[in-house]
Amino acid sequence: MSEINRAAVAHLARLAHIEMTAEELDKMAGELDVIVDSIKSVQEVARPEVPATSHPIPLTNVFREDVVGETLSQELALANAPDAADGRFKVPAILDEE
Amino acid sequence: MSELITHSAAKLAELLAASEVSSTEVTQAHLDRIAAVDGDVNAFLHVNTDEALAVAADVDKARAAGEELHALAGVPIAIKDLIVTVGQPTTAGSKMLEGWMSPYDATVIKKIRAARMPMLGKTNLDEFAMGSSTEHSAFGPTRNPWDLERIPGGSGGGSAAAVSAFEAPLALGTDTGGSIRQPAAVTGSVGVKPTYGGVSRYGAIAMASSLDQIGPVTRTVLDAALLHEVIGGHDPADSTSLTDPVGALVEAARSGDVRGMRIGVIKELQGEGYSAGVQARFDEALELLRGAGADVVEVSCPNFKYALGAYYLVMPSEASSNLAKYDGVRYGHRVLPEDGSLTIERVMGATRAAGFGDEVKRRIILGTYALSAGYYDAYYGSAQKVRTLVQRDFAAAFETADVLISPTAPTTAFKLGEKLDDPMAMYLNDVATIPANLAGVPGISVPGGLADGLPVGIQFLAPAREDARLYRAGAGLENLLEATWGGPLLAQAPALGGVK
Repeated sequence: MSEINRAAVAHLARLAHIEMTAEELDKMAGELDVIVDSIKSVQEVARPEVPATSHPIPLTNVFREDVVGETLSQELALANAPDAADGRFKVPAILDEE
Repeated sequence: MSELITHSAAKLAELLAASEVSSTEVTQAHLDRIAAVDGDVNAFLHVNTDEALAVAADVDKARAAGEELHALAGVPIAIKDLIVTVGQPTTAGSKMLEGWMSPYDATVIKKIRAARMPMLGKTNLDEFAMGSSTEHSAFGPTRNPWDLERIPGGSGGGSAAAVSAFEAPLALGTDTGGSIRQPAAVTGSVGVKPTYGGVSRYGAIAMASSLDQIGPVTRTVLDAALLHEVIGGHDPADSTSLTDPVGALVEAARSGDVRGMRIGVIKELQGEGYSAGVQARFDEALELLRGAGADVVEVSCPNFKYALGAYYLVMPSEASSNLAKYDGVRYGHRVLPEDGSLTIERVMGATRAAGFGDEVKRRIILGTYALSAGYYDAYYGSAQKVRTLVQRDFAAAFETADVLISPTAPTTAFKLGEKLDDPMAMYLNDVATIPANLAGVPGISVPGGLADGLPVGIQFLAPAREDARLYRAGAGLENLLEATWGGPLLAQAPALGGVK
């Protein structure tokens, strides 16, 4: 058994900004427990001397000339916004009332 | 049913070049087919009738005027709805993006437009490409044209079903852990995951950026090569794009010569877990290749047994980060919580609760877990080390073999709903396709025949940047098998909607 219980999932859901009902938390905890149990075998072979690979094909960073190019117009960028005002994205209060 | 829809893209290109048919006729024939059968198949989320016919008419006019055209000009194509398109909605199969209109085209779409290929529409997928059955689409499952009670694979079940139901001669897919190859396998079509970086990912909605790759879904190996040459090549807009030339893929597909080719059978990707029918077709394929002069050898990739675990750590980790942008602020769904204070945090929480389906939530939470303090080294760190080991296995195998071979998927298409409540069983569908994504190497799935009346796929894998080998081996096997079947496998597909 892994450490994934309902409280752990509730914490992760808060970190991921996904509201979950008590029922969802229970179901997710059960499912993740099974999944984590089956995938943690990776630890068996992850010996210290094995280097990590983050990217399949080694590449070095690429730079481009700093020239002015085309970007999205403000109008296009805002076209899909759920709410906008004065050429900006509009959101509810950023901070809690406290 | 018009005979036009049964032709390969290569054949259509020939007929168009000789002005024996018009693009308008070809495009209309496919739109008619979509209208006739897609109520049953549900391969399309959006049908792009007006624009497709306008592009077709334009190509016809240009051809009549003697303009020089791309070889595939006028040949229609379907696009997986994970790839952004101006003028057509892009949903990624999610409620989160329902109604969203991309303000820009993906690089591959710009290339399709430049080649003047009419886009028939956008195809269904598991939400944000997360799944192996297309059942996780927020807009209903796609059905397998071979048996409408069965899944068409996933995540790109829509593209594979569209091609195998003759609704489109060509389609684009994306492959993060097998989402092009596994659907191709279970629908009797051809699917290619190019070398990582070989095709620009710019405008492919990201799931796991170090694994995602766009590629062709077609009915023949040659058609896949033709489409691969259209979409491949360097793109400055994708920082992981390779600068290498695309390579002579069409030439390799036209050759299909496997004499002297060293084909490595991956010991770990057969046997237990693979159904008897799949194993039988696989063994037959090996026998045919041997008979044609290929040098079939066995190779061992002992770390592949850890690949699935590594994948289900790396992929959700990257996905949880990539999907953080769906916050209800700049685009997509916004849901206001019904109770309590209306802060941006609560809006995000409610938006993501309502906008994402179960599988997406599962992977975001799993990724958040794998990346969280205290677990990072044990999970994400270990998975990255397994990636190194999988790459070493490939490198060793490619010392004794030019290409590797395995079944594409462990079973044929299963029934709708059969694995929906068992995430681990669903994940196991990708056991043979995942190693290629972890290592960035290219892979192809070609039809290998039927088991209990359902298609089986055979997979070839090649070293990075050696995609041409896939086309030579794939076409070789295709030729050998079609000689035994007396024609393409899809000619045996059952009629749909009483049309055929």
